[in-house]
Amino acid sequence: MSDLIGILESSLRIASPLIFAAMGGLLCERSGVIQIGLEGLMIVGGFAAAVGALQTGSAAAGLAAAALAGVVFGYVYAELSVRFRANQIVAGTGMNFLAMGLVPFLSKVLYENTGTTPSLPLEQRLSWHWAVVLALGIVAGVAWMIRSTPVGLWIRFAGEHPAALESAGISPRRVRMRSVIAGSALAAMGGAVLSIGLASAYSRNMVAGRGFMALTALIFGKWRAWPALGACLLFGLAEGLQVRFQSGAIPVQLMQVLPYALTLVVLAGFVGRARAPQALGRQD
Amino acid sequence: MNAVEIRGLTKAFGSGDSRVVANANVDLVIPAGTIHALVGENGAGKSTAMKMLFGMLEPDSGEIRVNGDRVRFKSPMDAMRSGIGMVHQHFMLAGPYTVLENILLGAESTGPFSRLPLAEAEKRLKSLCDRYSMPVDPHARIEDLPVGMQQRVEILKLLYRDSKILILDEPTAVLTPQEIDALFSNLRRLRDEGRTIVIITHKLKEVLAISDRVSVLRQGRLAGYMETAHATAEKLAEWMVGRKVILSVAAAATAGHGRGEPRLKVQNLLRGVSFEVRAGEIVGIAGVEGNGQTELLRSLLLPEGRSVEILGKDVSKSPASRIRELPVAFFPEDRLRDGLLMDESAERNLLLGNQRNPKFVDRWGVIRKGALDAALERAWHEFDLRPKRRQMASRGYSGGNQQKLVIAREFEHDPKLVVSAHPTRGVDVGAIEWIHRKLMDARDSGAGVLLVSSELDEILALSDRILVLLDGRIVAEYAGGSVDALTIGRAMGGARA
Repeated sequence: MSDLIGILESSLRIASPLIFAAMGGLLCERSGVIQIGLEGLMIVGGFAAAVGALQTGSAAAGLAAAALAGVVFGYVYAELSVRFRANQIVAGTGMNFLAMGLVPFLSKVLYENTGTTPSLPLEQRLSWHWAVVLALGIVAGVAWMIRSTPVGLWIRFAGEHPAALESAGISPRRVRMRSVIAGSALAAMGGAVLSIGLASAYSRNMVAGRGFMALTALIFGKWRAWPALGACLLFGLAEGLQVRFQSGAIPVQLMQVLPYALTLVVLAGFVGRARAPQALGRQD
Repeated sequence: MNAVEIRGLTKAFGSGDSRVVANANVDLVIPAGTIHALVGENGAGKSTAMKMLFGMLEPDSGEIRVNGDRVRFKSPMDAMRSGIGMVHQHFMLAGPYTVLENILLGAESTGPFSRLPLAEAEKRLKSLCDRYSMPVDPHARIEDLPVGMQQRVEILKLLYRDSKILILDEPTAVLTPQEIDALFSNLRRLRDEGRTIVIITHKLKEVLAISDRVSVLRQGRLAGYMETAHATAEKLAEWMVGRKVILSVAAAATAGHGRGEPRLKVQNLLRGVSFEVRAGEIVGIAGVEGNGQTELLRSLLLPEGRSVEILGKDVSKSPASRIRELPVAFFPEDRLRDGLLMDESAERNLLLGNQRNPKFVDRWGVIRKGALDAALERAWHEFDLRPKRRQMASRGYSGGNQQKLVIAREFEHDPKLVVSAHPTRGVDVGAIEWIHRKLMDARDSGAGVLLVSSELDEILALSDRILVLLDGRIVAEYAGGSVDALTIGRAMGGARA
């Protein structure tokens, strides 16, 4: 029994960075902008949070630093994809590479090594309980905003029929710029949860595809907040089980594949009629 | 009191050689409480003028007055604040969202992060629906509604914002005759309570039926303005084209055609469409757009296993290139996309699709210059292609001449079967009669003709047999000359008419 609770607890904990990133991706993509750069945002967010927490000694400041880094990265991506109409897959991939290169460089400048920040003492870390509560709160907030507020309506129309939004007197570009920036901040906070919540430092390759996993969860959840949360929890469970059974009879490598294999199975088998926002990635 | 007064409106696009003057010194006076028709051929500048009135474009010069006040709109938002609303030709509605959400968009009247006032909006919408007898389910998704109903939502959207001046861009293009009648009676009711309506159209019959006054644009200039009561279709057509036009289509098709051998035979296309086109008959396919016409036409060239026989030959597994070797003419649905290379000359376009035709290319793959010259001569003289210029890019021709170029090329195949999709769409009034004549000549010389069109008048005037396509099925069949527009319209609308 305690085993079961332990597994559930660990899957919730493991899912929380994914939840942040998936909600960030949701804001971008519902407004019509493909966000393949979640991975890079988690990387810069994770690093910025570790640096911020180290400098100030406060986890909240670390989280804020991550959000700020997300805003900066998100702004650059929004300029590229919304204002200059770059191909969003290419620009997003570029942002990922930029993050992967920038973080080791900054780490070298700041800490004389290429990728790992010094460890935080326990009291300066983000409590994972808080991370989970915050993540769930964000899901509820995003779901409510998208469904029930004027801003949510604008975001939905920007992603579905931008010309209709424009003819109603609201600029789809502005809505997209802001959605991308806000969403990027959320995704970067997902990285912060990973580095200063679940671990005590940012370390190299820490994100390890979680940005892409969050993107998958978003698609699996059909671009809706609560179903996307469900998908994140499922991935969290798979990873929790993987950690749990590493010591068992099954080869470690096989277990490590589990979350990724689940991603594939889910995408191939269950998404089925997933319907993306009509204007997603379109630049006219 | 004039609701709208436009003086000397001028707008040009591009610069240097490619400068196009879309509106030159256009004057429009639209008294409040009237229905005003703005007519002209494609590219005459109707939409440009209305986009300036609606704030989507800024004029180069000229002034716009709304209810007597000089205005300078920077965006549609400004125009909406002055009480102007527009129903665009392509609806501004998002399919997966509800009627209420679509109507509320941009008129939420609460803070951006507060709750949408859905209950109040629903109450207000309901009262509008009652007042104008335009019922609609506020919670229905747009994509589940028929087109006529979607248009109603667009009009309600304007009424919800209390627009006093309503601009409708080609509102009847996608409607059945019954839906058009309903739209017109709604428009009259709106006018009678003092609203001003501007309707952009190129259908003269509708101008005469609905409008109080009419302005005609030709090549960006105002060609004429009069009260509709004094107007005739001939007069308006003359203004549109700039010369006298014969509007009446040649004598209606007579029975007795179509006894020849089958030239086209299809079985079980779409959801069970089967029919034959015989030598010496024109078979018209009527229907509101989007009921399977595109897919039907596509499977004639790309059968991919579907049962299609052309000139008695089973082509169900043939690639398009094999089918194009048969003496068959295809006028594609979208000639700008599928019919012509817009940046290439008439000569090159005549060669298009004939790359393997031994008439044009010898066995070494070299183009026979002489044959191409002869084809160009034929296009000029038999097909009346104008202007007679060898090197001009095809986008320089008018819509009618582009279509003539397609027709000239396709007739180089000496067709025994003509598949003709929307042959007069976007074609100047003057060229329509010529194209109809060509189709009838082809029939009279023994070809089978399939005519797919959303213009009911065209179907009625030309067809020996009429099939009505609805939702991927043939729902009715009539002999030409034995049926009127209303009957066909009912069939086109199916159960929902």
